[in-house]
Amino acid sequence: MGSAHSVPAEMRELADRTGFTSEQIEHLHRRFKQLSQDQLTIRKENFDSIPDLEFNPIRGKIVHAFFDKRNLRQESDGLAEEINFEDFLTIMSYFRPIEMNMDEEQLDRFRKEKLKFLFHMYDSDHDGKITLQEYRNVVEELLSGNPHLEKESARSIADGAMMEAASICVGQMGPDQVYEGITFEDFLKMWQGIDIETKMHVRFLNVDTIAHCY
Amino acid sequence: RPLPPRARRRLGQPVSGVALLLGLMALPAALGQRSSESHKNSNESFAIVSFKWDHVKEPYIIALWILVASLAKIVFHLSHKVTRVVPESALLIVLGLFLGGIVWAADHLASFSLTPTVFFFYLLPPIVLDAGYFMPNRLFFGNLGSILLYAVIGTVWNAATTGLSLYGVYLTGIMGELHSGLLDFLLFGSLIAAVDPVAVLAVFEEVHVNEVLFIIVFGESLLNDAVTVVLYNVFDSFVAIGETNVTGIECLKGIVSFFVVSLGGTLVGIIFAFLLSLVSRFTKHVRIIEPGFVFIISYLSYLTAEMLSLSAILAITFCGICCQKYVKANISEQSSTTVRYTMKMLASGAETIIFMFLGISAVDPDIWTWNTAFILLTLVFISVYRVIGVVIQTWILNRYRTVQLEIIDQVVMSYGGLRGAVAFALVALLDGNKVKDRKLFVSTTIIVVFFTVIFQGLTIKPLVQWLKVKKTEHREPKLNEKLHGRAFDHILSAIEDISGQIGHHYLRDKWSNFDRKYLRKILMRRSAQKSRDQILNVFHELNLKDAISYVAEGERRGSLAFIRSPSTDNMVNVDFSTPLPSAVESSVSYLLREKAGPVCLDMQALEQRRKSIRDTEDTLAHHTLQQYLYKPRQEHKHLYSRHEIMHSEDDKQDKEIFHRTMRKRLESFKSTKLGINHSKKLNKIHKRDRGQKRRNSSVIPNGNIPPENPVQDFALKEKDLEFSESEENNDYETLHLGKGVDFLANVTKQNFTDAPAGIDNPVFSADDDQSIYMKFSPWLSSEDTVVPSQRARVQIPYSPDNFKRLTPIRLSNKSTDSFLLADGPEDRPRSFLPESTHM
Repeated sequence: MGSAHSVPAEMRELADRTGFTSEQIEHLHRRFKQLSQDQLTIRKENFDSIPDLEFNPIRGKIVHAFFDKRNLRQESDGLAEEINFEDFLTIMSYFRPIEMNMDEEQLDRFRKEKLKFLFHMYDSDHDGKITLQEYRNVVEELLSGNPHLEKESARSIADGAMMEAASICVGQMGPDQVYEGITFEDFLKMWQGIDIETKMHVRFLNVDTIAHCY
Repeated sequence: RPLPPRARRRLGQPVSGVALLLGLMALPAALGQRSSESHKNSNESFAIVSFKWDHVKEPYIIALWILVASLAKIVFHLSHKVTRVVPESALLIVLGLFLGGIVWAADHLASFSLTPTVFFFYLLPPIVLDAGYFMPNRLFFGNLGSILLYAVIGTVWNAATTGLSLYGVYLTGIMGELHSGLLDFLLFGSLIAAVDPVAVLAVFEEVHVNEVLFIIVFGESLLNDAVTVVLYNVFDSFVAIGETNVTGIECLKGIVSFFVVSLGGTLVGIIFAFLLSLVSRFTKHVRIIEPGFVFIISYLSYLTAEMLSLSAILAITFCGICCQKYVKANISEQSSTTVRYTMKMLASGAETIIFMFLGISAVDPDIWTWNTAFILLTLVFISVYRVIGVVIQTWILNRYRTVQLEIIDQVVMSYGGLRGAVAFALVALLDGNKVKDRKLFVSTTIIVVFFTVIFQGLTIKPLVQWLKVKKTEHREPKLNEKLHGRAFDHILSAIEDISGQIGHHYLRDKWSNFDRKYLRKILMRRSAQKSRDQILNVFHELNLKDAISYVAEGERRGSLAFIRSPSTDNMVNVDFSTPLPSAVESSVSYLLREKAGPVCLDMQALEQRRKSIRDTEDTLAHHTLQQYLYKPRQEHKHLYSRHEIMHSEDDKQDKEIFHRTMRKRLESFKSTKLGINHSKKLNKIHKRDRGQKRRNSSVIPNGNIPPENPVQDFALKEKDLEFSESEENNDYETLHLGKGVDFLANVTKQNFTDAPAGIDNPVFSADDDQSIYMKFSPWLSSEDTVVPSQRARVQIPYSPDNFKRLTPIRLSNKSTDSFLLADGPEDRPRSFLPESTHM
């Protein structure tokens, strides 16, 4: 229901803001309605109906990201209970591929947005820092798909990664200096030289290829 | 029987020529006489020694050729200047021409040529297998669409346009009188169209373009084989049945056969890959022949595909691609290394021989027919149509690709369209009776191959530099990158799931689920299933690198002692939370050497101690290796390289820097636990203490020991050495004090129980350090009492006897006694601590 009768103007505004074409928006809207069972908003439970998501080791984190207010709009914090279609689109727009006519500045902003999204996913306590504990949690979840891997090794991997991050971000540290966690600036540093914009994207086809869901 | 009859015949002919070439001038004559003589004499008496050249000559000559080619490679690489500018393949061709020239001048016989049989059965498979087995799978499948387009459409386009254009020009009469029809031209077009994997690899490996570009050109050259084979066969049979008999049905058959040949070949490869993986799962008890399976079964896939007239190259490529993951997981580490080296050796050797023989084959006046117009136009057409084809296809592709192929990439791709030995072998296969202009085709193919390999091979490097093509950056595998990469995969596939798209990530996700659920269970050993995780691999690799550089550092200092210093443990074992099980043992010999080392009177005790140190060293090294040096499975290769097995041989210095920083990082983590101030204080104290210790040690021998004692002298020397070493160590040791606090407490007990009976002199054993630590150890100062923490209470074994620090040197048996006394001291720590404070 909802905005099924979407007025062209509203559509255009959405398209402008998220960068999707109107066809893509229509498809995503259809998907949205499918997920929300024709409600106006999606709650966390709705994501349980996607069978393919079940095997994703970090599904919790991903679903969480949809309700993370930091991702939805600027200058806000906390968790949303439910999101509407516009929010859904906003999240999706983090995964748009780059467009050819982007200039340097736009590209940079685009890149930062993507990284911000990622950063928020790691930083689960919203303090602007990925602490060792948070990193460990993520790594544990990531590796949970492999039943043979013990938690111990996941932890030591996270520790190793953290040290690596510290060495990248701070360089030489005094013996008494403490590295508390990865800040967003550090996060940017770590991603230097990796073309995130070519990696972090999903091709939103114009054709309807909606997978089933129950 | 190393070669089939035909090859042997060809190779065997000019014995004398080879002999001459190799400097065995006198051999043929001698051999002729001898053999006839021995024949005469055979009736009369038994010859003790006989010279049987004829008996061995075929394998002998082959071996000599291989030797020559290999030696040539050594010579080329003597000068870096040459190989940096001129690709090896070009050098080999020139060498081949040169050698062929000598042989020809010597006995006016065309010596050898690259026969299609030898090429297709023995030289090509290792190269292609190597390519498949070390294929960066993810990159390959990620670009599969583009690769397929270039391989299929591109090759057909090249073949058709080249053939038709040549035919068109022929009709104008510029080329003079030829005996060929349209079909012959198309046949020629089809064999000259395909980009050659051997040539492309040989050149691109030295150019180091970025990986996407590389995989596209290289993948194209591998996969276009199916197209080439089909086109070649189709036109070959069309030429055979005659132009008039070609019907639409025949053409349709040709198209159908393309799908059968390519998909069939791929299927054969996959089946054999499955077999190979399955076999490798059960080779646990036959480790020695384990590597053999890899080669034999993949070779069988090649032969099977050939037997079924499917695309053999595709079969062996996909066999390699599909089996690599499981085989590498299953076979032992050594076997894995063996496979790697053997494969590289075979491939590299085969490539060397191919290029050299290409050169040699060209020296044969019988195969040459010159037709300027035809040859020049062929060169022009293949270059021009390659460019046009690439531009058109890229334009189409770029509408779908996210990583755009830019104009520079397109230039390199067009320019990298090298022709090579496959084309030559195919043209040599032509039947002179059916194809009237075979000679012209052969000559033209040779010219084209030489032109592309030598000229384009020479110029592509400057071109790449001039165009500033994005090159590969070899970077260290970073743990964070891998972790984020993994997270990405999951996030993206989740987003595809949520948004209901069926895309790339969706498919990959489903595949990896399938792989994990079924394939791995069938194809991997249980133990291997465990350790198979990319992230873990990177982690292990990094750890291994650390450990290696530590050993290297130890070698540099001429001692492994420092390796057991606390820093190593911290370094290699990033897990802070475990109570450092090895810290105890590992520091034993370190302490022994450092502290108890210098002064010793009892030669036997010294001997014993040294032995025990060595023993502990051994067991420790073993232990460290087992526990911390994770198995290196160099599985993820970002780039394919035939000649080098990419183990990053970095500068020691780099590593050291890395280490130092890592160590410091670690310390900073530590200090969060221990409290910054303490560690700082400790540093200072430790330094002072060191100085004091030094003074002590220099005083004592002068005062109490008769200087003429040789043992003492020896001990002194050793001590000096030790000190110079420890000076070097000093700077990081101080960094590690924070850590040292708790582990020294652990250590001391062990120190004495582990030491042999002849522990001679406790004066310089750990107690002085120990007392310092006790005094300033954080748990004490934080509690504001002299009562040690639970841990210290349990682990400090000293009796008050140990604190007669100024007692002169005791004989070893005495000191042993005191240690025996000290063995059960857990009940007395309190009495010891206050004393220690007024040191």
